Parts: sequence; C-alpha cells; structure tokens
Amino acid sequence: MAYFLRCLKFILPAAKTTLLLTVAALGIGLVAGLLLAVARIYGGKAAAGLASAYSRIVRSLPTLVVLFIFYSLSSSLLHISGVTAALLALSACTAAYQSEIFRGAIQSLGTGQMAAARSLGMTRPMAIRYVILPQALRLAIPSWSNEAAIVLKDSSLASAVGATEIFRRAQQVGAAHHDYLPAYLACGLIYFVLTFLTNRGLDLMQRKFKLKL
Amino acid sequence: MPQPILRIENIHKAYGKTQVLRGVSLDVYPGEVVVIIGPSGTGKSTLLRCVNQLTVPDQGRVWLEGVELTAKGTDINKARERIGMVFQDFNLFTHLTAVQNVMLALTKVKRMRPEEARAKAMAELEKVGLADKADLYPAELSGGQKQRAAIARSLAMDPEVMLFDEPTSALDPELIGEVLEVMRKLAEEGMTMLVVSHEMGFAREVADRIVFLENGVIVEEGPPEQLFQDPKQERTREFLWKLTELYGNHGGSRSRRRPGCS
Amino acid sequence: MLLTEIAEELAFAWRILPELMKGLVVTLELTGLSLVAGLVLAIPVSMLRTYTRGPLNWLATAYVEVFRGTPLLVQLFVVYYGLPEMGVVWSRFFSAWLALTLNSAAYQSEYIRGAILSVSEGQLLAARSLGMPPIQAFRWVVLPQALRLALPAWSNEVAYMVKYVSVVYMIAVQELFTRAQGIISRTFKVWTPLLEVAVVYLAVVYLVTRLMDSVERRFRIPGLEGGVERREMV
Repeated sequence: MAYFLRCLKFILPAAKTTLLLTVAALGIGLVAGLLLAVARIYGGKAAAGLASAYSRIVRSLPTLVVLFIFYSLSSSLLHISGVTAALLALSACTAAYQSEIFRGAIQSLGTGQMAAARSLGMTRPMAIRYVILPQALRLAIPSWSNEAAIVLKDSSLASAVGATEIFRRAQQVGAAHHDYLPAYLACGLIYFVLTFLTNRGLDLMQRKFKLKL
Repeated sequence: MPQPILRIENIHKAYGKTQVLRGVSLDVYPGEVVVIIGPSGTGKSTLLRCVNQLTVPDQGRVWLEGVELTAKGTDINKARERIGMVFQDFNLFTHLTAVQNVMLALTKVKRMRPEEARAKAMAELEKVGLADKADLYPAELSGGQKQRAAIARSLAMDPEVMLFDEPTSALDPELIGEVLEVMRKLAEEGMTMLVVSHEMGFAREVADRIVFLENGVIVEEGPPEQLFQDPKQERTREFLWKLTELYGNHGGSRSRRRPGCS
Repeated sequence: MLLTEIAEELAFAWRILPELMKGLVVTLELTGLSLVAGLVLAIPVSMLRTYTRGPLNWLATAYVEVFRGTPLLVQLFVVYYGLPEMGVVWSRFFSAWLALTLNSAAYQSEYIRGAILSVSEGQLLAARSLGMPPIQAFRWVVLPQALRLALPAWSNEVAYMVKYVSVVYMIAVQELFTRAQGIISRTFKVWTPLLEVAVVYLAVVYLVTRLMDSVERRFRIPGLEGGVERREMV
C-alpha cells in the first residue's frame, strides 16, 4: 500500500507531459482536421483527393506505426526530441480522425444551408465561415469529446518513443523497485481520473453549446 | 410595353440521363406575380434555381434587368443580392436567432453596421408579423413562423425579384395561411414574384400569370381566369382537374375560405 | 546510382516479407480471438447494465468504465504483471489475448447496450404479450435486432482491433509490428521495414473494411447505430 502511494507520487508529475501532449495534439488536429474536412467537401478535385487520401491512409495505420515513422524522421532528419516527435505523430493521427468527424457534421447539415447563404449573395468562403462551420462545430461536439478521450489514452504510446509521460514513469518506478503491478495500477488510476475529468468537462461544454435543432 | 425585369431563355438541364428542362423560356415583367404549376419532378424547382444560378443550366441564358447572369464574367454574388429566394425547407440558420438570421447577410454582404442591420432586420420581421419572436431560435418557431422569418431574411436585402420554391409544401395545413398572407401582401406592394406552388387558391387570386410546366416544357401559360376556366391544352385541363379532385376548388389551402368563391 | 539503391531496397523488402507475414498471422489470430471472446463477454455485461439494478449493475458498469477510461497499454501491462501474482503463468500471447479481450468487451458492451436501447420497447411488449418469458423474449426478439443494429459499430471495432493489436509489441509478442521492429534492430535498416509494414497495414485494413461492408450489407437493418464508436473507420 505504501509502495502504491509512492508510485503515485512518482508518476503524478508526468501528468503534465501527458496533458500537454494531449491538448497540443488535439489543438493541432482541430485546425488541421477542419481544413481537411473543408477541403474534402468544398475543395477542388486535387485538394479533395489529397485530403481524402491522407485521411484514409493515416486512419489505416496503428498509432504506434505513425509514432515510429515520426520518430525515425526526427532522429535522421530533424533532430527533435522524443516528445516533439510524439506530438507530431499524435497530431497527424487525430487530424485524420477529426477530419472525418467534421466532414460528417458538415454533411449532416444538408445542402440547404449553403443554398440559403449563397442565395443571399454570400460568397462560398463567407458561407462556410458564418453559416456552415458554426453549426457543424456544435454538431461535432459529442464525437469530438470521444476523440479527445482517445487522444488522452493514446498519449501513453508516446512512451514507446521515449517521451517521459505517465506510462513511462510507471515503467521506471516499477523497474527501479522490481515491483511492477502497483506501479501500473497507480498509473491506471491517474489515467482514469484524467479521462473522467475530461469527459465531465466536455459534457458541460456540450450542454452549453448544444445546437437547438 | 415595359421591359421584362427577368428574362429566361431556352433553359436546358439534365441530371444524369434524365432531361429535366427542355428549352424553357419565360419573361417576367416588373410587379408581375407568375405562378408555376405542374406535376412533381418536372423541373419547376430546377428552373427557379437556374434563375439565381444555384443550379447552372446546361444550355440557355438568364438576364436580370439587362445583366446576363449566365455570362462568364458576371459577379453572381452581387446578382444574388438582387434576387431573393425562399425554400421549401426554410433553411434558416439554426445557430442564430430569427433577427440574427435576417441580420447576417446585411452585416456580412451589405457591410451594414450592426445597429443599422438590427434596425432593418426588426423592421422586416415586423412586416411579417414576427417582431415579438425576434430573439427566438428557429427550433423554437413553428413551421409557419420559420417560413415567414425566411421571407423576412430574403426581403431585408431589398431584392428586385423574389423566387418562392414551394414555400408552403412543408407546412401543416393550418400554418399555410399565414405564409400565403405574407406573400399576398408582398404582391400587393408590387414585388415581382416567381412562385412554384400547388396552392391553387393563391394562384387564382394573386397570380397575374400562371405557367403550366410538364415534362420540362411549358405546356401553356396565361392569366388565371383563362387557365382555370378555359384551358387551351388538353393536358392542362387534365392536370387542373386532378388537382381540383384532390384539393377542392381552393387548391391545397384548406384553412382559408375567401368570400365569393364557389 | 539511385535505381540500384531502389532495386536493392525492393529486394530487401521482398526478403523480409515472409517474416512479416508470420507476424501478420499472429496479429490476425489475436484480433479474431479477442473479438470473439470480447463478444461473448460483452453480451452478458450489456444485459446486466440494461436490465438489472443494484450490485450486479454496478459491477458491470464499473468494469466498463474502468476499461474504457484507461489506455489499452496500461491494461496490457496490468494483466501481464498481474497474472503471475495471481498464480497464473501462461504465455505472453495469453496475457495479450486476455487484455485485448477485456478491453474490447467493454467497448462492445456499449455498442450492444446502445443497440438494445434502440430496439423499441414495443418489441419486448409484443413478445411478452405472446407469452414469452423475459429471457426468451430477449434472446429471440431483442438480441437479434440489437446485434444487427450494432453491426456498423462492430465493423468499426474489427478495424480498430487489427490496428491496436500492435500495442502488444510492448510485451514482445511476435505479431506484425513487433516483427518489423525486430527486423529494424537486426538489420539497422529503418525505412524499408517501417514503410513496408505500413503498406501491409493499409492493405489489411482495406480488405477487412471491405469484408465488413459486405457482412453489414447482408445483415443490416436500416436505422440507428448503437452507442459510441471508438473512431470512425468508414
């Protein structure tokens, strides 16, 4: 028991890294995902094709594979840290999934919204910015919350490329004392609490911004 | 003879293998109310969408006050500011209140200042009888209120022509009347209107001209008295007979009885 | 000369393919076994959560919440290190299978639960009014519909599993990704094995998706999808 608590103490500071990875990856993924979704629906053949290909390919790959691709890229070409490589990899993955979420949300709006906006003399970019996206983003919130939880949990895989986040700390403390199970249970607890808080927070957001349909 | 405000010339449109419009031409004069009737799926909506180029015709041209909308160099967004469109499914922006819906194009397209835009928006909502519902979201409005708000949204742009694409087809019967009332007032004020509708009562009383479109061509057109009482074409007669069977002499609007109708 | 380099790499890629395929077999084995075992576990769990109250319900809910609220990687290690403490010492493969099963069952039970809730109450009422006892009514009326309604989410789960089995690399189970890493550390060639394994994943996921599509088409009831999906594959 005392050891379990010691593990918790040792692992907890790494939560900062985990949260940083998660939030940053989600943020980059949000911007990139939106751009990809808009490109797929409103872009020309080339843009739409590229966005579609990117989404398909990345979503077919395990997160670990993407992580190692970026890690290898980083050590041979870019000389960036394990954490940064992990961040880029996680961002690349979530961007693909988020593009699907936003694509679905935009499509669920139907064509009438764009038609109405255009019929009032709005240009396409104007319509996308003031009519389509405000509604699509709100519609996407539930799926997005799901994705946020997934990114949080996937951040544990960053340990495989050397990022010192929660799971890695658990491995370290377990190895140091040759007593692994309590360490992993402790890190599981921390993840559980983080996921729980994230879900609650996003639930509140969902209630506040819900679109009345 | 005044110049037509809207000229539609030889419009052809096909979707895949289906030829929806086969050479439709129509002139609309200022202040005229033209109602287009015809069986479902004959391209009535498509024709309307070809006017403001929401659908681009395969062949044919459209002029608004002498400006050719189908020409390559035309700024279609500017042109659309002068044409208002009302949709069967209303298409109100769900993330905005009624007044915000009306204000959006005013602030973004016409670049009005927010206070000006709000004042104008409230005035338009007042005209359609929705001033007290200004701050409600579309989800909180009834079907008839939604459509009236949509009409106010289009009118706020001060268009020269209003297009109505089956404006009451998605409404419950008891709500149709309030929308037709707004449309009738608009006609009385001299707005040029091109209306696709099944509302025969409305067509009879408000239209200056009725156009019967079937299989992608105009079968017959003329003033209501002529079409309803003495149609020249057999198919017109058949179609109108079918409608009268279905809806009675007042077309689809079962809730309004006007004095003097038989 | 660039061309000879490329030719060399391709020859290398061809040479390592058999070893990767051996790994792929293990991946598919783990995927299939975990999905099936997961389904077997998920049905009772979803039943407990939908139809019971009190301790049984709490237990089932706690299980689902814990396994959905923690990373698969952590669950894998807890099982891997936890089993010996409980006196169970089997292979790594077994630990991997168990962790994947427990994880998948938690998610599958959510899809099924959502699907059960989507099956309208009227169905159950009709069955009861015909004299069917509750378990029978569930087994023959609600469950078949729920399983079909859950199909889209389930197809998603299949594609998800194929990818996430790669996590067992961390406990050195010799599946596809682990093999690729093994080749990398032996030959010091990084890019060809990595890209090759990526291509294999692309192909496998594509085929699996197509397969699930035709299964879905055969069994689908038009209507709602059940529950929350992991991530959209379609």
